[in-house]
Amino acid sequence: MALGVSDLLDKKLVFVTGKGGVGKSTVALSLGLAGAARGKRTIVCEIASQENASRVFKRAQVGFNEVELTPGLWGISIDPDESMREYLLLQLKVKAMGDLLMRSKLFLYLAQAAPGLKELVTIGKIWELTLPDRKVKGMEPYDLVIVDAPATGHGVGFLQTPRTFAEIARVGPIHNQASTLAAQITNHDETGVAIVALPEEMPVNESASLETQLIDDVGVAVDRLYMNALYPHLFSDTEAETLAGLRESAEGPTKAAITAAMSEHKRATVQHAQLERLKEMTRTPVTELPFIFKPQLDLGDFNELSELTI
Amino acid sequence: MTSIAEILADRKICICAGSGGVGKTTTSAAIASGLAARGMKVAVLTIDPAKRLADSLGLEELGNEPRQVDPALFTEAGVEMKGELWAMMLDSKATFDELVERNAPDEAARDRILENRIYRQISNALAGSQEYMAMEKLYEIHQSGDYDFLVLDTPPSRNALDFLDAPKRLTQFIEGRSLQIFMKPTGLATSLIGRGSAVMFQVLKRILGFDLLSDIGEFLQAFSGMVDGFSERAKSVSALLADPATSFIVVCGPQGEPIEEAIFFQRKLLEAEMPVGGIIVNKVHYEIDGGEGVEKTLINQLGVDSDLAARVSANFDNYRALASRDAENISRLSRDLNAQTVIRVPYFDEDVHDLGGLLKIDGYLFASGDEREQMAAS
Repeated sequence: MALGVSDLLDKKLVFVTGKGGVGKSTVALSLGLAGAARGKRTIVCEIASQENASRVFKRAQVGFNEVELTPGLWGISIDPDESMREYLLLQLKVKAMGDLLMRSKLFLYLAQAAPGLKELVTIGKIWELTLPDRKVKGMEPYDLVIVDAPATGHGVGFLQTPRTFAEIARVGPIHNQASTLAAQITNHDETGVAIVALPEEMPVNESASLETQLIDDVGVAVDRLYMNALYPHLFSDTEAETLAGLRESAEGPTKAAITAAMSEHKRATVQHAQLERLKEMTRTPVTELPFIFKPQLDLGDFNELSELTI
Repeated sequence: MTSIAEILADRKICICAGSGGVGKTTTSAAIASGLAARGMKVAVLTIDPAKRLADSLGLEELGNEPRQVDPALFTEAGVEMKGELWAMMLDSKATFDELVERNAPDEAARDRILENRIYRQISNALAGSQEYMAMEKLYEIHQSGDYDFLVLDTPPSRNALDFLDAPKRLTQFIEGRSLQIFMKPTGLATSLIGRGSAVMFQVLKRILGFDLLSDIGEFLQAFSGMVDGFSERAKSVSALLADPATSFIVVCGPQGEPIEEAIFFQRKLLEAEMPVGGIIVNKVHYEIDGGEGVEKTLINQLGVDSDLAARVSANFDNYRALASRDAENISRLSRDLNAQTVIRVPYFDEDVHDLGGLLKIDGYLFASGDEREQMAAS
């Protein structure tokens, strides 16, 4: 595994991205645990989300605070408004002025008018977390920052924000800030991207086109594709045939159990074909993560997955 | 347990809402196909740029105007097409441009807006503009009277209800009183505006830079002549959403998180006095009674070797664990929704990405509750 995830975990900043509902939060948290297990001071950032991490670790909501979830692993939920406030304070250095802006209707309009300003300050906060010399007073630096990126509803918008912004604001403080962030995101030595996919027709197509856009248009390093929730091959083709032959003579729950086994076999077969398609359509190494047959994943499951992300 | 046909009877518009990854686009296409096959002229509007809908309907690509799906495809899939199915993908920038063209007082004003850099960014990316343009297009097509029924697949925004206040947000943005700061070309800090705003302007300049600020000013000035047209239009769009001929369908998955979101969604829709028709839960593992003794029966009565029997039984336990989770989540959903209809679509062995798959979903959506249970059990 020369090109393994060890590379991904050697980066300072990792964005976990993909369509909605593919399991980005699960992969981000698993990677976070893997990083912490390797002795890295790691933080997982969720963005304006439902706080998956605090649920898994049975914590109260972490909010816009850096909270240690388990030794070596921190969590934060990045709220754009809070990031904006923090950014303004750092930028203006006068609290009263920052407060004035945040209360100003005009400023709120402008925050809308300047498209992506919220995304920009969010990425700005993420960047701040990666600094060896933190800007926020009294905060310790991290070795590894993992971002559970927002769903890619609008293509690759989120990661492209800094560059777009640097272009809109041709000069001035925002321009400088955005240029710094754009350079950080496209720094292949320090920043990596992992794409999460599901073993279905459309998600595979979407992941392949996402990979192309991220590499060719945004210019980031895509280090890893995760094929998530893959059904295992529990039955061989011969066994499935045997079961199919017995189905009619069975009844009640036994018949249902045979049907469930045949479904599993079919799903596993179809999903592995999708796995092969994904490998053919993409240039990034693909790591398989199994479907976990549980109503809800607990910490034990995440620890197990974290070993598999490697 | 009613069918989607009953929910949508006497309606003209169905808006599918829900978070990302729950099969909203597929559900929208399935509803539209089913209604068209039954004799209506239906248009389905999607905002999903992922070619999902085009692929599933056998269309090369979708444009900003509806295109008709070849009825022969339905015949091939073994379904009689009594109506017409049309599909389009929303191009939010093109829709925004059309809106500007219609509302601009003159050509010069129109060009000033279309060429403004801020406008170009906003029409692509301003939070809410995609949502608003989806509504705008829906309204436009509805007004044309060309179709019996419209199905809208809403954008997968993080806050999936953005589209509800999108019209309001957009007009607020362009008609806000604070914009007056930009209305006087020379007087950004004149006495008319007052000292507070002058200070504000200085602070903004320090953050944004003068360049960006003057671009924004120029954009807002150019837009000011269109405020009335926009506000009126936005009011009509909002009225259409709340119209009794419209029905919102919330789409979700059976896992805990999507269910929570669906409950939240439905509550928000009702609070906003929107007509909610029902909830569709996709990919449900239906519950099966019993399960103990399966391994023994397999070995003793059917002659299955013990190793295989153990795996079949373990797999069945896995399935039943998911099925009881789904049942629990859905009953919580039903409890929370009181009398709202919940339609469960089962988790198929193969994922749905073509017309055949859509029609299979249709079987469930258009069946009565009892028929649905029977189909799932077989």
